[in-house]
Amino acid sequence: MKILVPVKRVVDYNIRIRVKPDRSGIELDNVKMSMNPFDEIAVEEALRLKDAKIASEVIAISIGPLKAQETIRTALSMGADRGIHVQVNDGISVEPLAVAKILKRIVKDEIPDLVILGKQAIDDDYNQTGQMLAAILGWSQATFASEITINDGSAIVTREVDGGLEKLRVTLPAIITTDLRLNEPRYASLPNIMKAKKKPIDIKTPTDYDICIEPRLRVLDTFEPPQRQAGLILESVSELVSKLKDKVEAIS
Amino acid sequence: MTTLLVSEHNNNELNIATGKALSAALELGDNVHILVAGLNCRSVAEDAAKLEGVSKVLIADEIHLEHQLAEEVSALLLQLMETYDTLISPATTRGKNTLPRVAALLDVMQISDITEIKSPDTFVRPIYAGSAMQTVQSTDFKKVITVRTSSFRSPEMNGTAKIEYISAPTPFGNTSFHSSQLAEANRPELTSANVVISGGRGLRSSENFTKYIEPLADRLGAAIGASRAAVDAGYVPNDYQVGQTGKVVAPELYLAVGISGAIQHLAGMRDSKVIVAINKDSDAPIFQIADYGLVADLFEVLPALEKELAKKPA
Ligand SMILES: Cc1cc2nc3c(=O)[nH]c(=O)nc-3n(C[C@H](O)[C@H](O)[C@H](O)COP(=O)(O)OP(=O)(O)OC[C@H]3O[C@@H](n4cnc5c(N)ncnc54)[C@H](O)[C@@H]3O)c2cc1C
Ligand SMILES: Nc1ncnc2c1ncn2[C@@H]1O[C@H](COP(=O)(O)O)[C@@H](O)[C@H]1O
Repeated sequence: MKILVPVKRVVDYNIRIRVKPDRSGIELDNVKMSMNPFDEIAVEEALRLKDAKIASEVIAISIGPLKAQETIRTALSMGADRGIHVQVNDGISVEPLAVAKILKRIVKDEIPDLVILGKQAIDDDYNQTGQMLAAILGWSQATFASEITINDGSAIVTREVDGGLEKLRVTLPAIITTDLRLNEPRYASLPNIMKAKKKPIDIKTPTDYDICIEPRLRVLDTFEPPQRQAGLILESVSELVSKLKDKVEAIS
Repeated sequence: MTTLLVSEHNNNELNIATGKALSAALELGDNVHILVAGLNCRSVAEDAAKLEGVSKVLIADEIHLEHQLAEEVSALLLQLMETYDTLISPATTRGKNTLPRVAALLDVMQISDITEIKSPDTFVRPIYAGSAMQTVQSTDFKKVITVRTSSFRSPEMNGTAKIEYISAPTPFGNTSFHSSQLAEANRPELTSANVVISGGRGLRSSENFTKYIEPLADRLGAAIGASRAAVDAGYVPNDYQVGQTGKVVAPELYLAVGISGAIQHLAGMRDSKVIVAINKDSDAPIFQIADYGLVADLFEVLPALEKELAKKPA
């Protein structure tokens, strides 16, 4: 069984981002970038399926500028077998719809049984690429996964939903997107980092797949939300209760 | 310009998120229809018809819609979208699961999690866990939108829309419901409660949630939330998580107890009206956004707070 894992290069989750002075977007120069945390979870899950001899090959895919290769390399260091980099110019961001269309073309070439994506990229917070890919392939989807069991051409997936947990059975091939509690991603070991340097990365462009990446959403403005002011540090519980009684209807 | 709104429900009750998304939909234009897709869900449709401002309620009541699987509902929506300009849904896990499928098949980008409508094609939405906001204009011929419900109000319930039955496309079949494990609703729902008390890693155990958070929640009629760290550690179930990748809440009062205030947590509660932080570390970032803070041990403060509130009952 072959698994594709799309991995996105994003601003590291520990970084405090800044809006560009011209309000056109977020400052990305000299900012620490990492693999989207949900995608690390996706890579880990694919590797566990490989460790369990359920999967035979794990392929990491990234769509982005030249540096996205670092992200693919990270996946290879964790243990993925090879990479596909769909390169775009620096400063270009590709929207989920176009990413899904490119991934569909790669699916047609690679014929995987499973594509595991992150549920959400923590930069654009869109939460849609996996669902879109499933739709245009006409495949089943199980999003927000916290547990995956594969048997007999299908997957039983536990999903984190608003009311609690839901289990679905999806027929393979299928799309799964990861939630935080699916697993804890491994760190790459030194020998694996060395080995990863020799693993192949195929380099493509959106034109190779005949996909137009012109954005559908035009960014008119980027700004910081109104900041909350730090309030009062109080000395006692009774002081807190009297403040709340003045301010909060539910307490008065 | 007609808008189709997908309702959030469990076949018995209409979820309040639907009304809030309706308020957003009505900002786009007067003509809003609500779809209720499910099984034995007539009572939901009746409630939807009472939402002020709806012009029609469509009900698709079929066995393969019982669990509102994304594959089934998106096929129905795609068929309906031939006659609508805009598709809208609350950004619940169900909405997030289903709408992108429809967007992709219509060949449009979904505008996720909007907090404000500037015009029928221009919206404001958070990016980077709400550390920044972006105004985006959709150039697509139809719009597919999910709504952050904490940014919109509930409408009145004096509407009288008529209900019309419709039929759904044939089942997709490759995905089936297996089971679910849903929380019992013995407290107000997190995203609609007036008061939310959230606990973090500082609580140290599930027993401590029961012993320290619950009595206070009972006293205040509050919903209980949590940080990711508390959920990961197994103190409380996943549906308690507030934040960038959990639920977004904006209650009148938010109490953050033993929570440091990571950006990903703030993303889910920064729009609360009054924020109170209880943390023993005076440098915890949560104090930078709290209206009131107590730098103290939560295991001393919470019982004292409960006692103080009990003194002068509401
Ligand atoms: C991709 C991604 C998504 C994420 N999504 C979310 C999300 O949706 N929601 C979320 O919450 N987090 C999310 N996180 C995690 C987030 O970054 C933080 O790790 C998390 O919020 C920390 O939880 P915490 O504040 O409970 O724990 P900690 O940061 O460990 O803080 C515990 C606090 O408790 C205080 N404390 C300890 N004992 C006591 C005591 N006795 N009395 C008083 N105070 C005490 C400490 O001083 C400390 O400030 C996400 C992270 C990533 C990478
Ligand atoms: N440019 C990209 N390259 C590779 N994978 C991507 C890219 N954009 C999105 N993805 C995948 O889609 C998931 C969801 O992204 P999004 O829909 O943008 O929130 C991510 O977690 C990745 O797995």
